[in-house]
Amino acid sequence: MASKEALEVARKQGTLGYRIKKNKSCYIMMAPYFILFFLFTVLPVLMSIALSFTYFNMLEWPTFNGWNNYVKLLLEDDIFLVSLKNTLIFAVVTGPVSYFLCLMFAWIINEFSSKVRTLLTLIFYAPSICGNAYMVWQLILSSDRYGYLNGILIKLGVINEQKLWMQDAKFILPCLIVVQLWLSLGTGFLSFIAGLQTVDKSLYEAAALDGVKNRWQELWYVTLPSMKPQLMFGAVMQITQSFAVADISIQLAGNPSVNYAGATVVTHLLDYGSTRFDMGYASAIATVLFLLMVGTNKLVQRILRRVGD
Amino acid sequence: MAKTATKTKKKYRFFKPREKKLNRSVAGNGILFFIMGICGVFMALPLVMIINNCLKPLDELFQYPPKIFVRNPTFENFTDLFTVMSDSWVPFSRYILNTIIITGAGTVLHVIFASLAAYPLAKHEFPGKSILFNMVVLSMMFSWTVTQTPNYMIISWLGINNNYLALILPACQYGMGLYLMKQFMEQLPTTLMESARLDGASEFQVFWKIVMPNVKPAWLTLAIFQFQQMWGNTGSMFLRDEQLKPMQFALQQIAAGGTARAGASAAVTFVIAAVPIIFFLACQSNVLETMTTSGMKD
Repeated sequence: MASKEALEVARKQGTLGYRIKKNKSCYIMMAPYFILFFLFTVLPVLMSIALSFTYFNMLEWPTFNGWNNYVKLLLEDDIFLVSLKNTLIFAVVTGPVSYFLCLMFAWIINEFSSKVRTLLTLIFYAPSICGNAYMVWQLILSSDRYGYLNGILIKLGVINEQKLWMQDAKFILPCLIVVQLWLSLGTGFLSFIAGLQTVDKSLYEAAALDGVKNRWQELWYVTLPSMKPQLMFGAVMQITQSFAVADISIQLAGNPSVNYAGATVVTHLLDYGSTRFDMGYASAIATVLFLLMVGTNKLVQRILRRVGD
Repeated sequence: MAKTATKTKKKYRFFKPREKKLNRSVAGNGILFFIMGICGVFMALPLVMIINNCLKPLDELFQYPPKIFVRNPTFENFTDLFTVMSDSWVPFSRYILNTIIITGAGTVLHVIFASLAAYPLAKHEFPGKSILFNMVVLSMMFSWTVTQTPNYMIISWLGINNNYLALILPACQYGMGLYLMKQFMEQLPTTLMESARLDGASEFQVFWKIVMPNVKPAWLTLAIFQFQQMWGNTGSMFLRDEQLKPMQFALQQIAAGGTARAGASAAVTFVIAAVPIIFFLACQSNVLETMTTSGMKD
């Protein structure tokens, strides 16, 4: 009899209604955020996806046109393919490299004492906070002899005459990659620094007793495994940033850039969304980009689970 | 209440405390200093430029080819800026007040809402948990350029157009904040919360008195991001009344004044960067002060 009652209780506790009721406080705590989240993020995203199946010029009511936007995008739009190629190059190069730079700089900075650390963090975060990054690079990459890069290279005898860094299709993408890397010590970097502060110090002592000999081993066996959540966070931020590169390309190379050498998926999207007012097509681009990022994210998360094994 | 909250050691030392000097070689230190030196110069460029530019007299600002360093520093640009500020259409203090309301509410509410929502997601099991969390993470991957139009419609439907709320409410729900907080809270040992619950603390008390103090580096970092975001918002998409617009808008109007205002514009660039930098320094030095007491984790 007793076991039957216990079974009954267990079954009752297993039902959805009971579990929801038991965790009532959780739902109350999440309510303010998620109500706003549904209103201002989920709803707009769903509306955008719906718009991607329409023709919408932001003046007239959208008209349904089925898969036309996607067919045009994937089969007919040459420029989209160029921009997709550029975005993938950006993602494959700047994504991982900037991820490791963030981690490396955060880790090195963590070796200093706390006041020096604050100053160093500011210096390395400066490109993200100052907002005049383009100005600096316009000076450096200026296409006349007074541009710093040209000036230095001519003085060193590497080149004979000034190069048009932002007007020559050959140079645009490599230059943009360098600028993007320089700019990318942002969100991931600061979250790594905060993450390093939460690593339990006693773990290092224990590791030293266990035979960890140098800082590199300490990094791999102690530090990285204890900041796995931050590593995951950094990876997602890196994906969202490197796939969405657009601003620097538009500011330095222009939109459209010479021979579309600096075009990325998002510059293409902006071209349709804010210049040609074809919101349906822009939404289709955004949806494709979204699927691309989600796939990459799956892959990266799988790799990161192995850190420290 | 169990007193397991983080004890912060408020001791400043130039070098790291001794226990962290384990496994450090001189050669390794040398290499690291060298790398940091070279890269640091490059990364500091924008800071150096902003500071030098705002001190340059007009003739140096227009000099060609441009030089990075100022030769005859002057505060003329700032007096120019103050003159322009003092005869703005709406009293300048009004812009400052708007900024304080918008940036302050946007930052504080976002940090609180995101942390509140992150705690159950990190430390509780309940129906719908993984769906909600995945939605937040994935939402960050959708380009905001195309969601802007639907967003504008929703704000109009809610009738909060031309209102502070049109800027504050959407800012409270950015996905990144929740994700960041959740990742940090996940690391906290469950025993920490269990002991507080045994003492009869409610979930909210556990959150406020145990969880939040222990993830101080996380929410301070989030505050930096959010402040920067809110500060940079001109609000011109939603706010029509001049009386509601934030300082960022007024400053950018001044900076857009063309050649005649090049000096004031250089000063504006400095002010626009200086405010978040001051906020950054205040928060970041607190992040770096936090030291988790050993044995807090299990």
